[in-house]
Amino acid sequence: MDRLVFLLSSGLARGAVLALFALSLVIVWRAARVVNFAQAAMAIAAVYVAFAITAASGSYWLGLIGGLATGALLGAAVEAGLMRRVPHTTPLPGMIVAIGLVMILQSGLSIAFGPQHRTMRPPFSERPFDLGGVPVLSPYELFVLVVAALVMGGLALLFNRTSLGLQLRASAFAPETSRLLGVRVPRMVTVGWMLSVATAALAALLLVPTELGLNPFAADLLFVNAFAVAVIGGLDSPAGALAAGIGVGILSSLVTGYVSASAAPLAVLAVLTAVLLLRPGGLVAAGKARSA
Amino acid sequence: MRTVLRAALLAALAIGATFALDPFRNFQLATAAGVFAAVAGLTVLVGLTGQLSLGHAVLMAAGGYGYAAASTAAAEAAPESAALVLTAGLAGAAAVSGALGLLLGLAAARLRGPYLAGLTLALVIALPSAANVLPLGGAQGLPAPFLPVPDALSRLIAVEQWHAWLAIGVAAVAVTPLAVLRSGRAGLRMRAVLGDETAARLSGVDPARTKTGAFVASAVPAGLGGAILAITTQQVAPGGYGLAFSLLLVVAAVVGGLGSLGGAALGSVLVVALPWLVDTLVDAVPSDLGQRLDGNFAVLLFGAVIIAVTVARPGGLAALGPRLRIRSRGRAAAPVSPTPDNATPSANTER
Amino acid sequence: MRIPTRSTAALAAAATLALAACSTPADEDETPPGVTDDTVTIGTHQPLTGPAAAGYATISAATSAYFEYLNAQGGIHGRQIEYVVKDDAYDPSQTQTAVRELVAEGEVFAVVNGLGTPTHSAVLDYLDQQGVPDLFVSSGSLAWNQPDQYPNTFAFNADYVTEGAALAQYATEQDPEATVCVLGQDDDYGEGILAGVEAVLGPDAVAQTQVYSTSSEDVSAQIGAMMEAGCEINVLGTINGFTALAVGTAAQLEWFPRWYVSSSGADYPTLVEYLGEETAPLVLQGMVSVNYLPFSPDDEWVELFRQVNDEYNDGAPFTGNTVFGMSVAYLFAEALAAAGEDPTRASLTEALESGDLLGNGIVPLSYGPDDHAAYRGVGITTVDEGVQDYIGTTYAVADGAVTEIEASPVPLENEGVPGS
Repeated sequence: MDRLVFLLSSGLARGAVLALFALSLVIVWRAARVVNFAQAAMAIAAVYVAFAITAASGSYWLGLIGGLATGALLGAAVEAGLMRRVPHTTPLPGMIVAIGLVMILQSGLSIAFGPQHRTMRPPFSERPFDLGGVPVLSPYELFVLVVAALVMGGLALLFNRTSLGLQLRASAFAPETSRLLGVRVPRMVTVGWMLSVATAALAALLLVPTELGLNPFAADLLFVNAFAVAVIGGLDSPAGALAAGIGVGILSSLVTGYVSASAAPLAVLAVLTAVLLLRPGGLVAAGKARSA
Repeated sequence: MRTVLRAALLAALAIGATFALDPFRNFQLATAAGVFAAVAGLTVLVGLTGQLSLGHAVLMAAGGYGYAAASTAAAEAAPESAALVLTAGLAGAAAVSGALGLLLGLAAARLRGPYLAGLTLALVIALPSAANVLPLGGAQGLPAPFLPVPDALSRLIAVEQWHAWLAIGVAAVAVTPLAVLRSGRAGLRMRAVLGDETAARLSGVDPARTKTGAFVASAVPAGLGGAILAITTQQVAPGGYGLAFSLLLVVAAVVGGLGSLGGAALGSVLVVALPWLVDTLVDAVPSDLGQRLDGNFAVLLFGAVIIAVTVARPGGLAALGPRLRIRSRGRAAAPVSPTPDNATPSANTER
Repeated sequence: MRIPTRSTAALAAAATLALAACSTPADEDETPPGVTDDTVTIGTHQPLTGPAAAGYATISAATSAYFEYLNAQGGIHGRQIEYVVKDDAYDPSQTQTAVRELVAEGEVFAVVNGLGTPTHSAVLDYLDQQGVPDLFVSSGSLAWNQPDQYPNTFAFNADYVTEGAALAQYATEQDPEATVCVLGQDDDYGEGILAGVEAVLGPDAVAQTQVYSTSSEDVSAQIGAMMEAGCEINVLGTINGFTALAVGTAAQLEWFPRWYVSSSGADYPTLVEYLGEETAPLVLQGMVSVNYLPFSPDDEWVELFRQVNDEYNDGAPFTGNTVFGMSVAYLFAEALAAAGEDPTRASLTEALESGDLLGNGIVPLSYGPDDHAAYRGVGITTVDEGVQDYIGTTYAVADGAVTEIEASPVPLENEGVPGS
């Protein structure tokens, strides 16, 4: 029983990071109908900036802000400089360009910084609280959960309660009509990219201190799992990303703990396949069918 | 019939070319032939039906495992007969990759682009785990029997050249049916489904069956490509079929021009030869910088090329040259040319 | 019916890639490949890029540095050693290409210190068929010691089973009642360590066996399970990064069991990089490991290697990888010197099988006509107040039986330049 509680709590924190990254994929999909395969590489580039700022200033928080800003700038630059020139009639060219971008960013980072892992320290202790003899959630994991909840809540408010959010949603769902109504659709797409990559950078920033260290490939697995999560949740649905992220995080933790680390990726694949076969548009599919 | 003749002619030309190559180049040629078989399958799938698979490396691996298991069994039963070992191995490769392709195809028929991409991507990531959990030899993989040069030829050619011959032969057997299929009624059905599923359905084409069939037809050559690599390297291991390699297959298909078999051949040679060329150049750069550039610079170039091709020249290499361009307008360029109907209306973010 | 014929162009492109010699098998000639009057060219495959590069890219740099040092002293029998390092990104298919390029294109005399079990397994048969000496494979798999099947392949590392057995032996001697558990990588490395531990303690004596996969940098579930099982001594078959993760994760849980770590994952300077200057001495205090190479901070070999590292390796961080890489270089130079004024591939392997080579380990090299394992024994090391050193306990392992022996370090002679 103790072990179950422990596995659930460590899975919860992982799931929150997964959900956050999956959310970033959902944002850019909603804004631009692109699956950004370069999301992990772009996020890691931003984390390198955060790392450099933290190393120079000694402040985690300055690094965090710098990383988020870099993420947003990178999102804007990639959208305006590259993605805008890609044919958008099907998702295929966008995906392929993003794959090319991954190759450029990762090899560029490897050339610039070498293959070493650079250790990043978390801003809070990773020592779990002791609840009746069971270790549950460290301060850092709590921080991750709080940040993830704040960001998701903030984005929900932004999309649902503000004029900017309305324009974002409108230009995503009905670009022609929006344009006629005076919404500057290209600018909205750029804003979507900025929000998306900044969110991804945040997720990567939260993840890296819990792992071996910063390297050009540090977020690859996060991306693959988050993509699976986003697809399970339904690419259009932030709520689906949240639920699927927490679910997959906990599932991985439980399978690793009770079966074997080798079985965890297979379990994720099995869930993904099952969900897609039962609901081809993901758990929280939008109204229109995606398969016809 | 002309297709088969043409394929035989090309294979004969390629076999002739092996005499001009040293053993290492012949090994590279054999590798390129294996990659070509897989890229040919992929390019037809993406180009004609618009389904993006990021998991063709896994289909190759499936073929490699099928080859290794079947040919090892055959080698134990009849150690003397190399032809039997080869045939059994290829049958095993086709069966295993075809079965996996069928499963994927059934899923693919229900899924649109990004969802299918996500599923196939997860498949690639799960391969090392599968190799550990299933009896596939873990990270070291399975050995495949060594096929020595037949006695009659052993004075004439080295083993690398013999393996290049086998690779060319298998690649021809794998790709020729694709060429036939592409230009036949099945190809027509695929293009109809890509163009407009509803219209296709109205004219009696079952989109789901067509898509599933296309996936199987694409998986079997990929599996035979994996068998080629198993022949030349005498083993199959999950490490060789990771995400980077799977994406490289996509690169080859895109750079060559989606839907074009000739482009697939060009793309395959490029992805096999370019890293080696770049590394040779980089070796001239001394010390630390050279070490960092090693390997990385080739990937950087690929990234730049794939973006340039997609943005500026959607027909790929196959669209170069005036004569070829005419043809590719009709065929190869189809997938990336505007087909504004097949996504949900909101998918068009026109500006 | 118009069928694309563009593959003709592709094949032409392939053909123009090379106009070099054709493939007809060459007759045996007298001078071996890779040897000229003033050079010996050898090659290796190493992960210089990709995720595995972080842990291993420094080995070949150290090896190259030591060869540069030897060359500056005049080389071996007047020949300069050229060490060609090919990147394989720890991907077996790239290893295939890299090694074929070394052998067929570069015409190397020998392949030295090819790194990794899955990677090197992929070229084991090829090197055998080509008759290329395949020396000092950089992995603890038992596969390299099969003289009947692979007469040209020689191991370098103490194998994983030996290490696991020695760790388990020391554990039972220290505390016969302790609950022993194993955390291992999900491949031959983890399995080998587990096999060694079970050979000493008995098949059912391991209370909890956990594995990790390098694709997931999170071992909290595994550590949680071991903690709940009441493990007191944890034997780790982990690479450095995952040793740090395991120890760090346990420390976060306020759990401080005893750690017994294989040599491949117990390099103190590397672990400090992962864990940080402040945390590392606390959580690694008392960590037990094994080694077989010169290691003590005041050892004369270590002093030499430090100098070479400063002078020829740009003063890169001095770690276990540095010692490992330079020890490989020294042993190759010793073998080459023993192979005679005009070395051939046969005389090189004969020199190794003669059993006369000393190397620089703390236990004797076991090479012989029927034995291609290198080190069949290991010495126990511990970490005490930030210093990792031998404690004087040394074991020989044969067929799962562990016996205590005296260490026999090789004295440094002639400033580490063999054969002159």
